[in-house]
Amino acid sequence: MTSGLWELVLQGVWVTIQLLFFSALLATAVSFVAGVARTHRLWIVRFLAGLYTEVFRGTSALVMIFWVFFVLPPAFGWQLVPMWAGTLALGLTYGAYGSEIVRGALAAVDPAQKEGGIALSFTPWQRMKLIMLPQAVPEMIPPFSNLLIELLKGTALVSIMGMGDLAFSGNLVRLALQESAEIYTYILLIYFVIAFLLTRVMRGLEKKLKAGVGKAPQKKTAAVRVPEGSGVS
Amino acid sequence: MKWDWSAVSDFMPHFWDGLLVTLQILVLGSLVSFGVGLVWALLMRVPSRWVTWPVGVITEFIRNTPLLVQLFFLFYVLPEWNITFSALTTGVVAIGLHYSTYTMQVYRAGIEGVPVGQWEAATALNLPLARTWTAVILPQAIRRVVPALGNYVISMLKDTPLLMAITVLEMLGEARLFSQQNFQFTEPLTVIGVAFIIISYLASLALRALERRLVH
Repeated sequence: MTSGLWELVLQGVWVTIQLLFFSALLATAVSFVAGVARTHRLWIVRFLAGLYTEVFRGTSALVMIFWVFFVLPPAFGWQLVPMWAGTLALGLTYGAYGSEIVRGALAAVDPAQKEGGIALSFTPWQRMKLIMLPQAVPEMIPPFSNLLIELLKGTALVSIMGMGDLAFSGNLVRLALQESAEIYTYILLIYFVIAFLLTRVMRGLEKKLKAGVGKAPQKKTAAVRVPEGSGVS
Repeated sequence: MKWDWSAVSDFMPHFWDGLLVTLQILVLGSLVSFGVGLVWALLMRVPSRWVTWPVGVITEFIRNTPLLVQLFFLFYVLPEWNITFSALTTGVVAIGLHYSTYTMQVYRAGIEGVPVGQWEAATALNLPLARTWTAVILPQAIRRVVPALGNYVISMLKDTPLLMAITVLEMLGEARLFSQQNFQFTEPLTVIGVAFIIISYLASLALRALERRLVH
């Protein structure tokens, strides 16, 4: 492989990382909003958050991406830049999985903690912010770490829409070299290295957050997909 | 927003074709992943680092890299090695292999969940190792992991559209073909989006019923 082709691959890595960063940000925001909304006292708020989760978890990420790229523009008359279209589709899809993690972790906090908050006449918002979330967030890190890897794998889907990410640059190099084994091996290895680094970072984050609430981190977590229809439990 | 019902009815014959292919991928891919996953899980029990270490690295690698790139790898590299399969077969193998690295962990949890007494009883009865596995451990382990395996079947359903990228005409492939021929994107894409939601919702209901039956 020539240096020009490597440059192409590096550009792909950069696009993948950008997309991963933005969609992870959106997914985190969405999962906290939807996850907390599912513990709200008004049934309509709970219902809407649940509906969002079911709809976006029920459909395929790739179908979502197609929808955002092809149906949104004629339907609403605005065309998104590919990067934002990809971010929107991935962030909303994986955010739905994330909201289940948030809901599960909030449900796993000892009920006495919530009752203590009520007894001290905290407002619901104060209870969430000062009591529930600080205890629930460290528990969310291992499942979120797995979800982040799934999201990284999901970013490869935008290459089907012609966005120049890592998988797409692999296709370009394949066309240039007329040879596939080498370049795809490199691409897979690069994805694996990124995934490995991400798990390390998340492990460190978990350690830090758990130390903050006086807990030791879990010994080892199996990389499992977020289960359907149930929380983290 | 313009919605054209005649486009929907024009698309429906293609939709059923695509649905059939999607279900085919799902069933065959599930079988591959259940089989290969069990092999991985059993290999990880071999008491030798020379087996568990490579198996661990390989499965970790497959699990942490995108299925899409793995599909491209198999689709473009195998012919270079003079192995040619149809696109559908390649897709089934890739998706089955990818998910086998998830199902292996499900099996592992199931095997570890079998009480130690069962192993000891098998030893006391002097059962050979093969029979201990086939008659004592696996029947108990697999029964308890069926719901977890079902969850991965639902996940796999949502990854079947990726096979479109290697020219398989499953639901999304049919929708894209139809859209490009008729310049109507909204209807076919929405139809298959709704179809995915309905199928995975029904599947999760069925799974919950199965879970209740297996627990008791």
